[in-house]
Amino acid sequence: MPDLPDLSINFCGVKSPNPFWLASAPPTNTGDQIMRAFDHGWGGAVWKTLGKPIQNVSSRFGAVGYKGQAMMGFNNIELITDRPLSVNFKEISEVKKRYAQQTLIVSLMVESKEEWKELIRRSEDAGADLLELNFGCPHGMCERGMGSAVGSEPQVLAEITSWAVNFARVPVIVKLTPNITDIVEPALAAIHGGAQAISLINTIKSLIGIDLNNLVPLPRVGNFSTNGGYCGPAVKPIALHMLASLSRHPKINSAVFSGMGGISNWHDAAEFIALGATSVQVCTAVMHHGYRIVEDMKEGLSLYLKSHGYSSLQQLRGRAVEYFKEWRDLDLNYRVTAHINEASCIGCNKCYVACRDGAHQCIYLPGMTREKSIESGHPDAPALNIFEKHENSRVPWVDEKECVGCNLCQLVCPVEGCITMLEKS
Amino acid sequence: MSFSSLECLIDEKQPVYTLAQALCEAQRCLFCFDPPCVKACPTEIDIPKFISKIASKNIIGAAQSILSANILGHSCAKVCPVEVLCAKACVYHDRGELPIEIGRLQFFATSQAIEKFLAPDLLGAAKARTGKKIALIGAGPASVAAGAMLALNGHQAVIFDKKNFIGGLNSAGIAPYKLKHEEALREIRWLSSLGLEFCLGKEIAEEAHALEQDYDALFMGIGLGEDKRLMISGADGPSVYGACSLIEKIKTQKNFSLGNIKRAHIIGGGNTALDLAQELRLLGVDYVALHYRRDEPDMSGYAHELSAARKLGVHVWLNSEISKIIHEDAELKGFYTQEGQLVESDLLALAIGQSHVVKISKYFSSISYDARGLIQVDPKTHRTLNPKIWAAGDCVNGGKEVVNAVAEAKIAVKSMLAYLAEV
Repeated sequence: MPDLPDLSINFCGVKSPNPFWLASAPPTNTGDQIMRAFDHGWGGAVWKTLGKPIQNVSSRFGAVGYKGQAMMGFNNIELITDRPLSVNFKEISEVKKRYAQQTLIVSLMVESKEEWKELIRRSEDAGADLLELNFGCPHGMCERGMGSAVGSEPQVLAEITSWAVNFARVPVIVKLTPNITDIVEPALAAIHGGAQAISLINTIKSLIGIDLNNLVPLPRVGNFSTNGGYCGPAVKPIALHMLASLSRHPKINSAVFSGMGGISNWHDAAEFIALGATSVQVCTAVMHHGYRIVEDMKEGLSLYLKSHGYSSLQQLRGRAVEYFKEWRDLDLNYRVTAHINEASCIGCNKCYVACRDGAHQCIYLPGMTREKSIESGHPDAPALNIFEKHENSRVPWVDEKECVGCNLCQLVCPVEGCITMLEKS
Repeated sequence: MSFSSLECLIDEKQPVYTLAQALCEAQRCLFCFDPPCVKACPTEIDIPKFISKIASKNIIGAAQSILSANILGHSCAKVCPVEVLCAKACVYHDRGELPIEIGRLQFFATSQAIEKFLAPDLLGAAKARTGKKIALIGAGPASVAAGAMLALNGHQAVIFDKKNFIGGLNSAGIAPYKLKHEEALREIRWLSSLGLEFCLGKEIAEEAHALEQDYDALFMGIGLGEDKRLMISGADGPSVYGACSLIEKIKTQKNFSLGNIKRAHIIGGGNTALDLAQELRLLGVDYVALHYRRDEPDMSGYAHELSAARKLGVHVWLNSEISKIIHEDAELKGFYTQEGQLVESDLLALAIGQSHVVKISKYFSSISYDARGLIQVDPKTHRTLNPKIWAAGDCVNGGKEVVNAVAEAKIAVKSMLAYLAEV
């Protein structure tokens, strides 16, 4: 399609053909994988974290689904790369030689200053465009004083960041863990340490479930399990909140952000970008559906930009930040009430029972008398003449005077657009 | 007995779901409040509740929810015309989507439960024995349902039938692609562990008064009478069958064969005619035609069954009446239509209804009948004019679904339990 907005980005001076990067994870384990991903159209990839040799366990992943849909939330106990560093670096240089346009970011996680120095040098020699310091992994590596153990200690985080920034010739991204009380603290530490960019969020400490037959948590490794890192669509709201908290912070918002956490499609990506992300990283959705999903992500994002009058990603970036406020700043006089569209209502009465038991008892069943309504959980039923007004109603009706505008009925309604929240002047 | 019956050649239309299929379908259910599907079920099974239990893999709980509302929920799952009952009411229609497959989900849950549990373990052990005895006349769905519910309440339920098999129309009249004889028997045998007793193959006309004396209460679940006959020439000759009796032969008679039948004609426009037409096609009869004396909108058979019959290649002759049946050398040759056309046929089945007069009830005292010959009851209690006798099912309603028989049996049993508590 001609005249679509350009999706290219400039990330700390590094150009990327589009904002869609693969996050450091199993999809970026090998050069062969990353080259295939680039062939599919990914703009960049963060190489699976390099560090001292480790051994991974079997099994490694767990997931929760919802209503028959697999992988709403995903959990892993896999560690960093388990392949020799020399092999990784050889492949990195090969990929970089063959794919000069795409952005190659190398993720690193080691302990001592000397190790950081050596790995940064070797990464840059291999052709890394950017470095990402993995201060986020919440399982396994943190027990050895790395990953989220660093990310949750601002002083240590700042110090290691400053080492890396000093050693590096390319820009440094600090990847934050969400396993802290306030994301602002480690972000300030990263800025203090000299990081030019911040990526977030890494996975959330999790226990995905228990096998009720043998009571061993999942994923099971022999007779035991351990906590993992949680990601996938379920964590997106947590990631958005953390990104927004940094984007609006005056001492942090000068950093460049790479957003991630549950991004599965272009809608998700646009939301992260509107909250200030320059690039977005994807992992779980690719593990679920493969590299091919990027085609729709790029196309959808371009069409969205065009249809909303943006000529570049730059124009969208950060535009939502100013609307994210403290609760105390909200307008207490603003009011919406629910309106049910009779024509599209299918009569499932989900709104009725949700409002009665989970909200403010202001939706009434068609044909139910005032007396019966009071009996069945509507002590504040309106006057009889309002019931009479709705006597011939085919669908549930809202007592607008009592409706607090909580949105619950709209959220549970299975028919798109049937319940709307109307502004009251 | 049915392993060599003809119905075994016919495949099930809806094989039982696998767990994965059941979960997938159950998860589609919106779990409506005050749901229209329940209102459309004569036995008021809490459909969203049992489906949500399947979705949470609480299959046994799902079966308990079903069977507590409809003790014949296993066969009803297969036999019910859900297309005009629960599934017709599903709100998904208004969203332009296919309704939930309620019958299939129901059968999935009850199948698992029947396989894994004995009836008393699933339905709750029978209450302490009361020492009261109830005779149930006719071993069809109404009596089996009523008997099982009475047994659950500690009463001794004895079911009498002149035929030597249990189940009535449920085991001898349901289209094999919906429910086979053996499956119907399996349900009843399972229920009989609640303490149901059967007295089969026995005419009880002469004992009617003794039964009235010896038993604390009686229940008439005697169904309808024989297939109606046509009062025309040749109607009693060979290869001319009553539809119900032919279906019964297909389902229950060992070594019964249709022989070398190529052309079969069925007279009637009801569901029995439509069932039989489909069965004959599925048994390989080349040409099957339905003759209905009026136009299509007047047919009493369900539209979805008519459409299924047409898909199977059944020919439908509307405004078609026959005037005379011709036999040659003691073999059926065919019949003349009202217009005088000779139609050759190897088999003729009459599906023009069943007699309302079932003789056996006449031997019991004080039972009254309406103008159509159906047993009169108080609709609130299903009690007859004889205060000791209740009645339900086809002998009262003139021929409805199994689920209606169960719903009526529930009403009757409620009233009987109150009565038995007093005597």
